[in-house]
Order: sequence, then C-alpha cells, then structure tokens
Amino acid sequence: MSQHATTYVPKSAAAKWFESRLPIAGLVHSSFVAFPVPRNLTYFWTFGAILIFMLGAQIVTGVWLAMHYVPEATRAFESVEHIMRDVNYGWLLRYLHANGASMFFIAVYIHIFRGMYYGSYKAPREILWILGVIIFLLMMATAFMGYVLPWGQMSFWGATVITNLFSAIPLVGDTIVSLLWGGYSVGSPTLNRFFALHYLLPFMIAGVVVLHVWALHVVGQNNPTGVPIKSGKDAVPFTPYATIKDLFATIVFVMFFAWWVFFVPNYLGHADNYIPANPAVTPAHIVPEWYFLPFYAILRAIPDKLGGVLAMGGAIVVLAFLPWLDTSRVRSANYRPLYRQFFWAFCVVCVLLGWLGAKPAEGGYVIASRICTAWYFIHFLVVLPLLGLFETPKPLPSSILETVHAGRKGGGAGLPVGAAAEPSIKG
Amino acid sequence: MTSRRFVAALALGFGLALSQAASAAEGTPQPPRQSWTFSGISGTFDRAQLQRGFKVYREACQACHQLKIPFRTLAQNGGPQFSTAQVTALAAEYKVQDGPNDAGDMFERPARPADNLPWTFPNENAAAAANGGKAPPPLQLIAKARGFERGFPWFVFDAMPFLSYQEHGVDYVKALLVGYEEPPAGVTVPPGGHYNKYFPGHVIAMPKPLNSDGQIEYPKGPDGKSPVPETVDQYARDVSAFLMWAAEPHLEQRKRTGFMALIFLAVLGAGMWYAKKKVWAKVGGEAEGLPGTAPLGPTG
Repeated sequence: MSQHATTYVPKSAAAKWFESRLPIAGLVHSSFVAFPVPRNLTYFWTFGAILIFMLGAQIVTGVWLAMHYVPEATRAFESVEHIMRDVNYGWLLRYLHANGASMFFIAVYIHIFRGMYYGSYKAPREILWILGVIIFLLMMATAFMGYVLPWGQMSFWGATVITNLFSAIPLVGDTIVSLLWGGYSVGSPTLNRFFALHYLLPFMIAGVVVLHVWALHVVGQNNPTGVPIKSGKDAVPFTPYATIKDLFATIVFVMFFAWWVFFVPNYLGHADNYIPANPAVTPAHIVPEWYFLPFYAILRAIPDKLGGVLAMGGAIVVLAFLPWLDTSRVRSANYRPLYRQFFWAFCVVCVLLGWLGAKPAEGGYVIASRICTAWYFIHFLVVLPLLGLFETPKPLPSSILETVHAGRKGGGAGLPVGAAAEPSIKG
Repeated sequence: MTSRRFVAALALGFGLALSQAASAAEGTPQPPRQSWTFSGISGTFDRAQLQRGFKVYREACQACHQLKIPFRTLAQNGGPQFSTAQVTALAAEYKVQDGPNDAGDMFERPARPADNLPWTFPNENAAAAANGGKAPPPLQLIAKARGFERGFPWFVFDAMPFLSYQEHGVDYVKALLVGYEEPPAGVTVPPGGHYNKYFPGHVIAMPKPLNSDGQIEYPKGPDGKSPVPETVDQYARDVSAFLMWAAEPHLEQRKRTGFMALIFLAVLGAGMWYAKKKVWAKVGGEAEGLPGTAPLGPTG
C-alpha cells in the first residue's frame, strides 16, 4: 500500500479531519478502489474474495454456535444435539459451520493450485506466498480442532491418532503430547483446550490474511500471462471491475455451498461421529476429514512413525520453499509446455493420495501411497529445480493488453497460439 | 466396519461391474435402496407413517432401546404431528423420577410433554447387565449414525443434484430389521447371537424384533381395515422412517429453507451477472486504461 500514493481525496470537512489523524479511508481506497487489477484475470482470481467471505462466515456461525456449545466431555455431544434440535435455526448454524469448513478448503485448494499453475509465488511475491502457507497451516490446525468438538467417535479417535503423532518427536515428544492432552489421555481437558484454541486461531488467521492482502497490494496481482502490468492500459481499477466480479463469483460459490448445507449436509462428515465418544470402543476405520486425506496418506506411506510425521510435515513445509525450488524465470504455465504437464501430473498425484488416505493401509494401497508420496516430493525437489534449467518456454507476450486483444480477435495475431488463447479459456 | 465389509467395499470400488451378488459372497450385502417420501430435494415425511412408526417403536423397540427425545417433539411441525392433547396424554402414561423436593427426597411423577421419553433401564450399566454385557444403542440418532460404503464411483454421484443419495443410514436400519435369516451351512452363531444378513460380521446380539405379520395393530381406516399392510416389512419401513425423523427432526424445514435460499441466490446471482456484464462492457474492445497508473514495482 505504501508503494502507490493514494488518490483518495476526502470531501467533507469531517472526513478531512479524520483522514489527517488516521488515514484509514485512504488506505481502503488505495487497496480496494483505485488498486490496479490486471484486466485479463479469470475467475480463478476470485477465490481470494471467496476465501475472505468464508472466513467471515465461519467466524460468524462459529461465534453463534459457541453461545450454545458446552466444551466438556460428558456434555459436548449432547450440547451439539441440543443445537441441532432445540436452538432456533441451530441445525442451520451447525450445518453451515461444518460444511463451511469443507467449502473453505475447496476454495483454498483452488487458490493454491491456481498460484502453482500461474507461478504466482515467484519474485516479487515470495512473502505473499509464504504468508499463504502460514494461513493454510493455521486453517488445518483450526479445522482439526473443530472436528474434535462434537465429541463423537471420530472426533475422539481422530484426536487420539493425530495428537499421538507428536510423541514421535525425539526428547520433547511426550511432553508435547501431555500438554496437548492436558493429562495422560485424550479427555475433557483436551476438549476444553481445543475449544479455546479453535476459537483463537481464526482470529490469528484473520491477522495473517491482513498481512497477505497487504503484501498483495504492494506487489500487485499476478495474471494468466505472468507478465506484469506495464502501463495503465493493462489494468482496470479494483472498483468497480474486480468488486463486481468477486461479488458475482462469491454468490455462485455460496449457491454451491448451499447445496451441501441444505440437501446433503452429512455427506462430507462421517456416520460414526453421530455416536458419542467412547474411549473403550475403537472404530474399525479411523479416517480424517477429506481435506486431510492426502497428508494422511503421506503419513502412512512411511513405515517409520517419526519418518511419517516428518514426511507429512515436510509435505506442507516444502510449499514455503516453492519460490526458490522453481528455477524457471517464466511464471505462467501457459508458456511452459513441460511444466504444464508436470503440474497436471502433480494434481493427479494429489487426488490419488486423497483417495489412498481413505483406504486401509494394506497391500497395494501402501505401495501406491509410497509411489505417490515419492512423486509428491520429487515434483518439488527434483522436477521443479531442473525444469527451469532445461525447459524452453514459449515466447511471452509483450504486454497483458496484447493478449487481451489477440484473444478477442480469436487468437493468433502474431502470438503463439496457445499463449493468446489460453487465458480466455481458463475462465 | 469389519474387514469383510472392507472387502465388499473394495470390490465395489474397483470392479465397477461387480454385482451385489459378488460382494454378498464375500461379506455383507449392501442394504437395498428404498424409496422414501423424505428423500430428494423436496422430500417430506409421511405423517401417518411416522405415527405408525412410533407405535412400532413403542411396541417392539422401547423395551430395550432408549429414544432420547422430548415428548413435545412428537407434536412439533415436520414430525408425526400428534395433537398436543395426545402428546400430553401419552406422556402421562409414563412415570419419571424428579427431585429433590423441598424435603430433599426424589419422587416419581407422571411425565410431562417437556420430559424425554423414559428408558426402561436406569442407566447404561443396568442396560448392559440385562442384555448380555452390552447396552442396546440409543435410537435417537441411529439413522444418521449408521451407514455403509458405496464405493467409487457411486459415492461421487451420491452428492450430486438429482442423483443425491443421503438415506444410507435409514436404508441400513430397514434392511437390518428384516435381515434375520437362518445361518448358512457351515456358519455357527455363538450363543446369545443371531444371524443377520446385513449386520457387519453377521452376528448380532439383538433378537429379531419384528417377528410376524399382524404383530402390531395399525390404526384402521374408515373401511375398518388398515390403509397399509400389517406386515413385518411394513413395520420395518415405518419404524425406520420414524427413526429418520427422530435423527433429523428439522429435515422438512431444512429442505424448504434450502429451496428458498437457492431461488434467492439464483435471482441475486443473475442480477449480479448482468451488473458485471454491464460494468465490464465499458472496458470494451479498445484499451482505455487508467490514466496515471504507474507500472508496478520490480518484476522479477
């Protein structure tokens, strides 16, 4: 925001008085009104707005649920049933919140993979990207602890399995586990501290989101060509252009969200979580929520406990190093024919890992998990560094404007065909 | 889920064409899919069915299974919708413990609509002791707390509009109630167990609850006959539907609200789409960039 001087001019005397003391209106104006947006952005660039909406929705429904929920082992399950049965529109609040977590992850995965496809993590956007990885980690912690709160069988056993992972850490592992549990097994103290943290973390996410948006507005948005804005002709002002597009995309996303909430609200959950937690009965099949499945598959692919934990953690940490692991000078995969294929292969591997994470760790599934896990890391640690050295990228357009015009005339026009046509198809 | 059910689920997941017969040979067959009035996007409960189902629960299940819902909900909109007078009279048939009173004593009184339906057993341990070591599960959530794997690709279709299938739990309950059979040759059922086709592992502690047609008398229509057959299969259907309502008492309100929400969002979305088109039309064919917008910082 400091990069471009604000064009905001306070009109009334009161606004002038306020602006000279706290220039927040100018800040908002330069970030969400005058901010130049590449004019060739596709709908993949609306997920930032959708994610902000989802964070807000989760916080609002969550605060309301917290007014009725009891974080105590003998009453938590019942209090959730009380919300579902007796609180006015309690069923709506809870289904919104539970399915909202899944929607949040769907949106964040699209957002992350969009960044990977278009090289949005490359200079000068490294800090922006790393802040995103931090948000993703915080989201995972929040979602995990939230799933424990209904205190059903899957809550309890999921919490047991995941917290036990920390015991693999040498020397301090057991201490960390006792701290997480608040005792020597998962129980009421665990539930109570998870509730406290589940309430805290979303506000930390909100804080990092502010930094994420701040960093974005210093370096500007990437776009489907990866070519930076070179003149005013490449850009449109955020308001009304991006504002209206983001609003429209958010409404479409909310319709998708509403389908799950109102018509298939328990699809993404697990039937076992409607059975109250029972430490004496282990469910036959402990599975995490779908959004953790790829990481769960990586965890189980490694035969050693500590190794598995390190691999699972590494699978997320490696994302933070992506800006330096990818050695190519070209951002967008539209101009990187080889990278584009590796990108889609990587997507397939992630989906496969998700499927394998839901399968029992036996026989062919283990072998498949190991192959996919190996490829996951090879993609980041071997393919990306080498591709930058060996790949011949297609010629880049000289400006965003050039691709916009070429696309409107039906491609071609002195440009590489793929280069000009792709962005408009991607929307 | 037992490993047998796993094998069944995997077989379904992999060989798309593998029929139920194939998996049945391996382990537990999938419960057959029933047609319910409450499925689909505009489904509602059949009041008469819920009322019959409640009667089946009282006569065939209540002796062992808890149903922890307040009497008053039986009169609630979207449920069996007994009249308030009926529910008050029904509650008064039961005695519940209350107290302590001013003298510090616990006392018994007739139940009121605000009370939960009482359970035969004072606590879970008593229920377990009377039932071979394991308490019969409470039924208020059973239709959501049970399910089965459909395998790929069906599980994908199950979430989709017009194909959605959310009745796994209630189909399982219905199938279980009619799934009692003589064990196949070579299968020995341990004492206290009963063979059930649809129960994971096949040996279930619950004895067959619905034994014969005519076991439960249904309310008669004007012609002096019950409008639905008084058969085991019908009892199982009705009590399953009732248990679905007990697990999801706001199902009708949910679907109705969802329908209105989608219409509202569609109209709002259409308006927003039009507004977006209008706004972006100004960007037009020729560039009319922002005067004075400087190129952004370093470009890497």
